[in-house]
Amino acid sequence: MSNETTLIFQHSRPGRSATAQAPKPVSEDQLSAIPASLRRKNKPGLPEVGELEVVRHYTNLSTKNFAIDKQFYPLGSCTMKYNPRGANRAAMLPGFLNRHPLAPASHSQGYLACLYELQNFLKEVTGMKGVSLAPMAGAQGEFAGVAMIRAYHEARGDDARTEILIPEAAHGTNPATAVMCGYKVREVPVGKDGDVDLEALKEACGPQTAGLMMTNPSTCGVFERQIEAISKAVHDAGGLLYYDGANLNAILGKVRPGDMGFDVIHMNLHKTFATPHGGGGPGAGPVGVSQRLLDYLPTPMAGLDEESGDYHWIDTDTLPTSIGHLSAFMGNAGVLLRAYFYAMVLGREGMIRVGEYSTLAANYLLKRLEAIGCQAAYPERRASHEFILTFAKQAKDNHVTALDIAKRLLDYNQHAPTIYFPLLVPECFLIEPTETETKEAMDDFIDAMAKILEEANTNPETVTEAPFTQPVRRLDEVKAAKELDLVWSE
Amino acid sequence: MPYIPHTPDDVQAMLQAIGADSIEALFDEIPAHLKAGHGLDALPEGRGEMEVTRLMAERAEQDRFALSFLGGGAYAHHIPAAVWEIATRGEFYTAYTPYQAEASQGTLQVIYEYQTLIARLTGMDVSNASVYDGASGLAEAVLMSLRANRKSKSRKVLVPDALNPRYRSACEAIVSNQDVELVSVPFCTDAGQTLVDSLSPFEGDDYAALVISQPNYFGSLEDVDALTDWAHANGMLVIAVTNPTSLAILTPPGEWGSEGADVVVGEGQPLGVPLSSGGPYFGFMACKKKHVRQMPGRIIGRTVDMEGKQGFTLTLQAREQHIRRSKATSNICTNQGLAMTAATIYTSLLGPDGLASVAGHCHANTQKLADKLCAIDGVERAFSAPVFHEVALTLPQDADTVLARLAEKDILGGLSLAKDYSMKNAILVNSTEVHTEGDLDLFAQALKEVLA
Repeated sequence: MSNETTLIFQHSRPGRSATAQAPKPVSEDQLSAIPASLRRKNKPGLPEVGELEVVRHYTNLSTKNFAIDKQFYPLGSCTMKYNPRGANRAAMLPGFLNRHPLAPASHSQGYLACLYELQNFLKEVTGMKGVSLAPMAGAQGEFAGVAMIRAYHEARGDDARTEILIPEAAHGTNPATAVMCGYKVREVPVGKDGDVDLEALKEACGPQTAGLMMTNPSTCGVFERQIEAISKAVHDAGGLLYYDGANLNAILGKVRPGDMGFDVIHMNLHKTFATPHGGGGPGAGPVGVSQRLLDYLPTPMAGLDEESGDYHWIDTDTLPTSIGHLSAFMGNAGVLLRAYFYAMVLGREGMIRVGEYSTLAANYLLKRLEAIGCQAAYPERRASHEFILTFAKQAKDNHVTALDIAKRLLDYNQHAPTIYFPLLVPECFLIEPTETETKEAMDDFIDAMAKILEEANTNPETVTEAPFTQPVRRLDEVKAAKELDLVWSE
Repeated sequence: MPYIPHTPDDVQAMLQAIGADSIEALFDEIPAHLKAGHGLDALPEGRGEMEVTRLMAERAEQDRFALSFLGGGAYAHHIPAAVWEIATRGEFYTAYTPYQAEASQGTLQVIYEYQTLIARLTGMDVSNASVYDGASGLAEAVLMSLRANRKSKSRKVLVPDALNPRYRSACEAIVSNQDVELVSVPFCTDAGQTLVDSLSPFEGDDYAALVISQPNYFGSLEDVDALTDWAHANGMLVIAVTNPTSLAILTPPGEWGSEGADVVVGEGQPLGVPLSSGGPYFGFMACKKKHVRQMPGRIIGRTVDMEGKQGFTLTLQAREQHIRRSKATSNICTNQGLAMTAATIYTSLLGPDGLASVAGHCHANTQKLADKLCAIDGVERAFSAPVFHEVALTLPQDADTVLARLAEKDILGGLSLAKDYSMKNAILVNSTEVHTEGDLDLFAQALKEVLA
């Protein structure tokens, strides 16, 4: 691991540059058409560094990251599975990289063919009637989904529907999305077994209900067993059912959201379809819909003329009821190509295996962790592709919190699971191993957890003061928020 | 099993530890009649990496063209080899949002450096860690301006017609759900600019902000000082939409007029991100310090660890959806990490002089191209305003037809202005540093033949 702590700006020396990368300067004469009043007076303070300094600096910085390529990364609800290198190479073929987003269809048949097939694959695995690949991330897919629900009610003149129902365990993006779509949010309680409180849901449903947003398996890491009753209650009240595809990996090939009664779903291709998370993005959040929302799908989409065999774009001129474009062009194309590669390699048998082996891994990890003394939040339930542990006991007895254990895991070269989510379980870990990890990798994690639980009893400081082996110790987040330092200055 | 490592022995051992007979038994909580029970017939059989790569390589090859002069918000530039070789290192490529700061200092420091680069290019105080793209970034800026402009109660924002129409429509699709109205400001059809005179009808009305695009969709340079001062004099915030390459030589939004723009957004793609059919790109977003708590998206701060050592961490998270839920500034959850990392490396490699050189070549080549094309009978500039690296031209014939005939010659000769502006005979052409004199001549020759 590198000790690089200097900033790229501190490597800067006036007059130094990566000479091979820039064209020769143009003369002032050639810029004379630009009025002087619009010209920049001082050079922007960008670093002046040579090519080797840049390469070395960023290579050194990269070594300060945990990553799937280096560590077990069981971040719950994030599906940190292996990102095939072949998908990256395929998406970065020159013909794909150089294609301008507004190139005419005559020069886009290869790209459109991939998109068209991907739309069909996603329709099949989700059981929906139509798919648009346009949304650029899960949160934007959510936005598209709720905007379609709104468009549907509006088109029917049903404008009394002002509320979106959301189980309290939901991701924060769900309520934030509902508000972005102009709705009020009503949270529905979740019972002790991790399922939605059905009676409370029934009471909450009414003529004001635009829809319900839910994840299944839920963020409690269990399959919502009353899904059909929930679907009926919402539909009977005239609302629509939104499926947050964050946990689609758990049920891929096993049960389809369309078959469960959902009207609209978003998928996170950076989770379920193994595209990279890239240190925070880009993702892709395609949406799928049932028959009644087909007319509202975001554009553009890929279409096929069966007769000529030519592909074309479907845009707002042919689908005027669409909720429209959510980006300047058509979403995160390069991510879609990576997902296409993944789907093609897996094929139909491979898709079915995803749900099976991710579920096998999670249940194995859960049972083994319980056996070493970890407390499951829902011990009576099967794990889906993820599960929740609670360290409320350790927090009470030893003053060792979930955060402490997470930090100590880093010292054992394990990325920490998601912590303190969902909010309703105290001191929790949400753990998702994925289908791509070996049993040995999971066993190493179990060994690390066993040692940490032991340390929590015998030597709690090694846990509460962890990590000790990372480039930095625990950071002063209060100072970060109070004395804002967001931009470097000399 | 592709990407699944388990041997039959592993599976048996795991099932035994669980106490289950089969993998299927693990799905016993799902009502039986809901289970798919079908073979996912629309999917093909799985294939190896070799076969799928071959298929995709054939498709990529199918989309090749000889020459392109398309712009409209996405621009072809030279990308140094180092940019993506480093950005796709597994340590950047396969990490996630830096929730565990101690194990993510690489990504966090890159973002902090990125925020600094963007602030310096735009002349603003602070930047976030990026949003999805330029167009959705504008939507976020519009929503932000409603929160940040405390003097205004309006849910209306002035948007020039000369703004990229794709930005306009994406912005509309995103903000209309919250009853926000985008009010059109016409442009001068001679100059191809948004004139302060055309704003006078809006004086005295309450608008939260004025959007200023520099350059605008036609490539024209706006009188940004006058527009900015007008907006501030009328109680509006200024949202600047800019091209990052141009900022190496043009006045940064932070210095527009007497007070500077309040929020700056734009498409980051020109900074080292390939055209790649429109994404993944990244939207950059910067603002004055006083508005930082209204800015959406991830923000990284520099702080110290418990031993006093410099470190970086996510900060101001109280604005965000995972903390504030329905009261968050936006539902945005991620940034465009990888593209933003590439841009940081690109900008560091180019430096201030290199980027100015790129911007200079873009401008000079575009001027040269316009001169060569305007030497053809009946071709002339559509507008009189000075341009950066894109220019609108009128043709003696129907633009869509001419462009289709150029495409037959494998030349993507620009974008038609027919649909968006009812300028039936007008096209928008762009040139950057990637074009040689010979490329420009080829285009001129081809256009001459098509028009003959």
